[in-house]
Parts: sequence; structure tokens; C-alpha cells
Amino acid sequence: MERYSAWRLFREALNGHRGWTPAWRSPSPKRRYDAVIIGGGGHGLATAYYLAKNHGMTNVAVVERGWLGGGNTGRNTTIVRSNYYHRESARLYDFSVRLYESLSRELNYNVMFSQRGVITLAHSRHDLEVVARWAGAAQLHGVDAEMVSVDEIKRRIPLLDTSPSARFPVWGGLMQRRGGTARHDAVAWGYARAASRLGVDIIQNCEVTGFSRNERGRVVGVETSLGPIAAGVVGLAVAGHSTVLADLAGFRLPVTSYALQAFVSEPLKPVMDTVMLSLATGAYISQSDKGGLVIGGGLDLYPSYAQRGNLPTAQRVIGALADQMPALGRVRLLRQWAGIVDVVPDSSPILGETPVEGLFINCGWGTGGFKAIPAGGTLLAHHLATGEPHPLAEPFGLRRFATGALIDEAAASGIAH
Amino acid sequence: MLLIACPWCGPRDETEFVNGGEAHIDRPTPAESVSDADWAAYLFFHDNPRGWLAERWVHAFGCRQWFNVERDTVTHEIRRVWRLGEPRA
Ligand SMILES: Cc1cc2nc3c(=O)[nH]c(=O)nc-3n(C[C@H](O)[C@H](O)[C@H](O)COP(=O)(O)OP(=O)(O)OC[C@H]3O[C@@H](n4cnc5c(N)ncnc54)[C@H](O)[C@@H]3O)c2cc1C
Ligand SMILES: [Zn+2]
Repeated sequence: MERYSAWRLFREALNGHRGWTPAWRSPSPKRRYDAVIIGGGGHGLATAYYLAKNHGMTNVAVVERGWLGGGNTGRNTTIVRSNYYHRESARLYDFSVRLYESLSRELNYNVMFSQRGVITLAHSRHDLEVVARWAGAAQLHGVDAEMVSVDEIKRRIPLLDTSPSARFPVWGGLMQRRGGTARHDAVAWGYARAASRLGVDIIQNCEVTGFSRNERGRVVGVETSLGPIAAGVVGLAVAGHSTVLADLAGFRLPVTSYALQAFVSEPLKPVMDTVMLSLATGAYISQSDKGGLVIGGGLDLYPSYAQRGNLPTAQRVIGALADQMPALGRVRLLRQWAGIVDVVPDSSPILGETPVEGLFINCGWGTGGFKAIPAGGTLLAHHLATGEPHPLAEPFGLRRFATGALIDEAAASGIAH
Repeated sequence: MLLIACPWCGPRDETEFVNGGEAHIDRPTPAESVSDADWAAYLFFHDNPRGWLAERWVHAFGCRQWFNVERDTVTHEIRRVWRLGEPRA
């Protein structure tokens, strides 16, 4: 498979771009793999890549029921940050941000990681105290986080109504300068291409419909719409569909599936060069390189597997933003969509063993797992290849719900993504 | 937008209601002898099917009563509403 480079682009341009070949192979499934990964989102594809790259396991398949990135990975609003409150989370997410910093080179694929900074707004004295506590915690964990003044916020986000009479007055904020955005499809495609290049089979339009077990109950393969595939170990990375697969495998997960919506506007001239999140409204916004304003907010209000999203939530999010950035009031939206996210009671991922032998899981990222794709892939690959949890993954095991050792990021930092 | 038929007030917009999660979960007793696993199951490990789900709702901005609903999590169709204390089927 050819390397991508500026020179290659130039040569292909002279040639009318007729020389490009597919970025990954699309083989039919073999009868057996050493590892089968269910789910061709970012986490599944990254897992396959790191199995091959870090552990030399190349007899690996990723099976995806639709198309690569067709789940949440291709639907998310691409905010990347690591200023989490608890030490376990800060370590995990900062490991991921560091991998993002070199990912384009690592994969030979431009994932357009742009560290434009993420500003979280405080709208009251109370918010400001929350944010100060949060910044302090992040700094203690060695993650960059700083308090920013209203003047600095005004300078970075001129669109924002920071006047004393604003509907959501701004008291200050928290900024992570190393935070930013990346291109979602490129992350999926980049991992797929790099994994395929190392020998991993990427199999799309292949739905897992069951698990095959040996007499001891160990998972030894998967049943799929393309027939049975035997597997040494199986990794599950299906986000909002985790309980559907867990039901098939016969175990329970503390996961509830909700729709999370996003919106993109018509392209505008550059109006915003950072990411803004609002603590009061939950709404957040950034501008893509094409000029579209990418907007998101809170979850829909009840469990759902419908990838559409409901109007009351859309109105709440858009309305809040129009209040905060009145100049955008007449901007038209191009698209609205939703993904099904896997929400866990403590808003932290579930990583590692399941009660079923031979089956390992990566789920529970909920509204904020795009930023964690490089880490999630590294950690699940480690567990599948070595049989032991990676030290960064250990606190996030399923057993924490019985021991009580929850890592409550929802309560700690109050905002997702 | 859902139209939810509150057993006391009749059909109202979804924005008047708050979803309360899976219905018919029994709190394990006696508290002193409930194992950690059973307690975790009660608190955290709930049904999350792709399809029909029995769940509780409260008419928060209305009569403030709780009741049960059977709803499809893909189409969002509601096919049954029943009061707390009434049997599931
Ligand atoms: C609107 C929205 C905005 C978001 N914004 C952000 C953000 O700004 N920052 C951030 O960090 N995170 C964000 N997230 C969360 C993030 O998108 C997810 O946490 C992350 O993409 C999860 O990746 P994944 O690979 O685990 O899952 P997915 O990308 O959903 O991949 C799972 C795959 O499994 C496949 N699958 C399901 N069932 C089967 C089966 N039976 N057989 C085979 N394949 C199956 C699905 O088709 C899917 O492709 C957002 C999510 C949404 C929906
Ligand atoms: Zn009522």
C-alpha cells in the first residue's frame, strides 16, 4: 500500500487523480482469527491497529455491521481534551491526547488534529468555584488547565455575549490549550488503513448475531451475517449497542443507550478559532475548517436506539446558543443528526474483562469517547494480547459497580464530550 | 415529540414528563444480607433493550404522579400505560 505524502499528491494531481488505490483491503472473512473485534468505530479499529503494531498480532479481524465510522465515531463533534477531574480519568484521557499529538505521523494519515484550545464557561459564582476546583485537580494530575478571565474570553470568542445583561452572564472560565478538534472520519479511516496495511482484515456489512461457546462456556467465536468466525479472543467495542451484544452473550452491563444530537450550520467565514462549552446550558460550539459551525448539547431525555434525536432537545440546545451568541440568530443549519451513546452511571468507560471468558469489552464512553480512541484501542489491545489489564485501564473494570469504586466524572466535572 | 397518556391527566407533551428508568425493579431485602453483587444489580444493571421496554415516568410538570409505560426504544411507540402497583402484564 502506497504512502501518502505531498509529493504523491502532486504526482497524482498531474495524473488526474486516477492512480489512487483503496485505503484498506476488503477481504471475505477467514474461518478463524486469533482475535475478532466487534465494531468498526474508532475504538474497534484502533484496537486492531495496536494489536498488530504493539503486540505483533496480525491474524485479526474487525467486523462491522454497517460501514466504518457509521456509528458515533462518524457522528461526533470531535472535541478532544483531557482536563478531567479524577486522577484515573486525567491519566487515561491525557495519554490519549498525547497519542493524538503524533497520530497523523503514526498513521501516515492526516487526522487534522488542531489544538485550538477548549474553553469552558462559568456563568455564576458557583460555576466559577466548580471550575476553579476542576482546574486545580487537572493541574495536580499534570494536565494543562488554566483559569481565564472574562476579558480573555471576550478576546478569544468575540461572538459571545459577555455583557452584564447577557441571558447567561460570563464570570470566567477554564481553558485547556492542548485541547481541540480532529477530523472524525479520518481517525476511523486512518486506523483502518494502517491496520489493514499490517495484515488486519476489515470486514464491513457483517453483523454479529451471536457468540459460539465451548463446553466450559468460553467464547470461541462469533456468529455473523456472513457465517461463523472462530476466534482466539473477542473484543467488543459497539458503544450504544453494548447491551444488545451483552444480552446475546448472556451478561449484564450498567449501560443505558440514549440519542445524542449534533448540528452543523451553513459554512461561514472564520468566526471562531477555539472550542466553547457552556456549563449553564450544556451547549458547545466550534467551527470546522470548511466553515460550518459544529454544535452539540445534552442528551435526549429518554433511552433510545433511534439515530434521529428529538425536537425538544434540539430546541433547547439551539435556543441556548442563540441566547449566548445573538449574532448567530439568523444562521441556517445544514444538517441535524444523532448517535446512540452508551451512558454509564458514573460517566466513565468500562474496560476489560466481562463475566464471559474470552470476551473483553471497551464501552461506556457515552458522550465523550472520540477523544479517547487512541487510548481505548491501546488498552483493549493490551488486555486481549497479554490477558492482563493495562495499568491505565485497571480502575475502569466492570467490577467497580459492585465494589463501589466508581469514578464519578458526571458529578465531578458536570459536563461531557 | 411524544404524546404520553398520563393515567390521571390524559395525553400531554413529552416535555411535561421525566423518564425514571426501568419499571418493576424490586429493592432487595433485608438490607443487612444483600450481597454487593445483588445491590449493584438493583442500582446499576438494568434492562436496556433495542425494542420494547417497560419503564417509569413521572408527570413532573403536571399532576406529579408516577406511572408505567411500555415503549419501543427504536420507534418510540407507546403501546401500554399502567399505574404503579398494577401488574406488569
Ligand atoms: C452527536 C455526538 C457528539 C459527540 N461529541 C463528542 C465529542 O465532541 N468528543 C468526544 O470525545 N466524543 C464525542 N462523542 C462520543 C463519541 O462519538 C463516542 O464515544 C465514540 O465515537 C465511540 O466510538 P466507538 O468506536 O466505541 O463506537 P462507534 O463509533 O459507535 O462504533 C461502534 C460500531 O459498532 C457497530 N456495531 C453495532 N452492533 C454491531 C454488531 N452486532 N455487529 C457488528 N458491528 C456492530 C456499529 O455499526 C458501529 O459502527 C459524541 C457522540 C455523538 C453521538
Ligand atoms: Zn398527570
